[in-house]
Amino acid sequence: MIIAERKPLDEIKEMVKDYRKVLNVGCGGCTSICLAGGQKEVMILNRDLKEQLLGEGYSPVLDGFVIERQCNYDFFDELDNMVGGYDAVLSMACGVGVQFMAERYPETPVFPALNTVFCGADRNIGWFEENCRTCGECVLAETGGICPVTRCAKGLFNGPCGGTRLDGTCEVDKDTPCAWYEIYHRLQAQGRLGNILTVKPPRQWQNQTRRSLVQEDYKQRYAG
Amino acid sequence: MKAGSNLEKVLKAGHFAFTGEVGPPRGANVEAIRKKAGFLKGMVDMANMTDNQTAMVRMSSWAGSLILLQEGIEPNYQMVCRDRNRIAMQSDILGAYAHGIRNILCLSGDHQQFGDHPKAKGVYDIDSIQLISVVKKMRDEETFLGGDTLDVAPRMFIGAAANPFGVPFEWRVHRLAKKVAAGADFIQTQCIFNMARMREWVHQANDMGLTEKVYILAGVTPMKSIGMAKYMKSNVPGIDVPDEIITRLQGVEKKLVADEGIKIACEQIEEFKEMKGVAGVHLMPIEWEHRVPEIAERAKVLPRPQV
Repeated sequence: MIIAERKPLDEIKEMVKDYRKVLNVGCGGCTSICLAGGQKEVMILNRDLKEQLLGEGYSPVLDGFVIERQCNYDFFDELDNMVGGYDAVLSMACGVGVQFMAERYPETPVFPALNTVFCGADRNIGWFEENCRTCGECVLAETGGICPVTRCAKGLFNGPCGGTRLDGTCEVDKDTPCAWYEIYHRLQAQGRLGNILTVKPPRQWQNQTRRSLVQEDYKQRYAG
Repeated sequence: MKAGSNLEKVLKAGHFAFTGEVGPPRGANVEAIRKKAGFLKGMVDMANMTDNQTAMVRMSSWAGSLILLQEGIEPNYQMVCRDRNRIAMQSDILGAYAHGIRNILCLSGDHQQFGDHPKAKGVYDIDSIQLISVVKKMRDEETFLGGDTLDVAPRMFIGAAANPFGVPFEWRVHRLAKKVAAGADFIQTQCIFNMARMREWVHQANDMGLTEKVYILAGVTPMKSIGMAKYMKSNVPGIDVPDEIITRLQGVEKKLVADEGIKIACEQIEEFKEMKGVAGVHLMPIEWEHRVPEIAERAKVLPRPQV
């Protein structure tokens, strides 16, 4: 899922302070699951923002609402009749949702309350780790299910650099495992070291321009 | 001859190579390079010009290499993957060759986090092994990575680095094999202090037939002080300093520590001269270029062969 974190209160305040009526819209998708932009976080942000603005002599009207997902127009219907009544919208979705919101309501200023951080998984409650850079050309089959694009600081494709520490951590951070050290040991245990003994050629990066995708079965539907 | 560089000729003639290193200045100080070069002239077969090492901005390595050429020292142009994409790298290789540079060292590069611009965007478009294959392709197939034919191939003698002390230790010889397969002509190793590990690694390389395909230059750095030894042991990833080195330095009078460091380096060089699979030594006297003549003399590698 997409992992996000809330921006500092001051930064959000600067965005919205000059708009009297602001609708803060949470997202029931990823940012809700990663505890950054769901129902509870909408309420907390509105409470803190209101207190801050009142303290500085503003008189804001801050309302909250959550839709199921901000990355699909089907879920925006219930917002359509509300947005017109506000001077600005604050979105607690990821960058995808913020852009969809801004596109849907082009006459209303839309502001991001979150920073979108990475694609990752839950390590524990409230603790997330990045695992995928959405490079578009997955090599996990060869690397024992450990992504060198994401987890090697240099994104190397041909094994560990000379900086791997003796305890198998990355030169960049002694608490971060060297991805290639882990790849080596996992493949070794599986008897699959042959995967990484040949020279991997330079790759053709698939993520250097904006991507769009139509699944094979739907190509006919959008043709012409 | 693949490139016809002095280093290639020395190695091909079967001489024990002795190479040095110059770090470019943090500014446009040409005299700083000329001064360092002065200490190396006649002492080494070629000298590396480092490429923004430790990710600190310095004069570019191709520019520094040209100054070495002017001073009569053959440069080894270091190129890291951190700062350039495949277009800039190939372009720089052509330019360097056009100006007479004949050796190149292909490296990943220290991560930008270590330098003076820690939040710079690292490029790493291709990795060091892929870079080796690109230089080889340009030289031997006379084409760019993209496939187009190039007009006058850059005939570079292709170098790569190896760290015999990295982990997983047993993997390191395979990474060397990949560098050889990609097209490396010579290897310069990380600074060696753990001789037991080095012997084992060279033994593995011999067993795999790698040392018949590539010239290995063993990296030697003289310890200047006990502080330096301790710092390298605990703060430089990828460097393995055994306790006995530190104990040995601690065992001599303070004013003799540097001399003891040189003595250790010379003993290493003597062993490398006899070690099957090692074709020479790469001396990395970190900011100690002025001691190179003394080290070369004491290591009995003078005079350098004329080939």
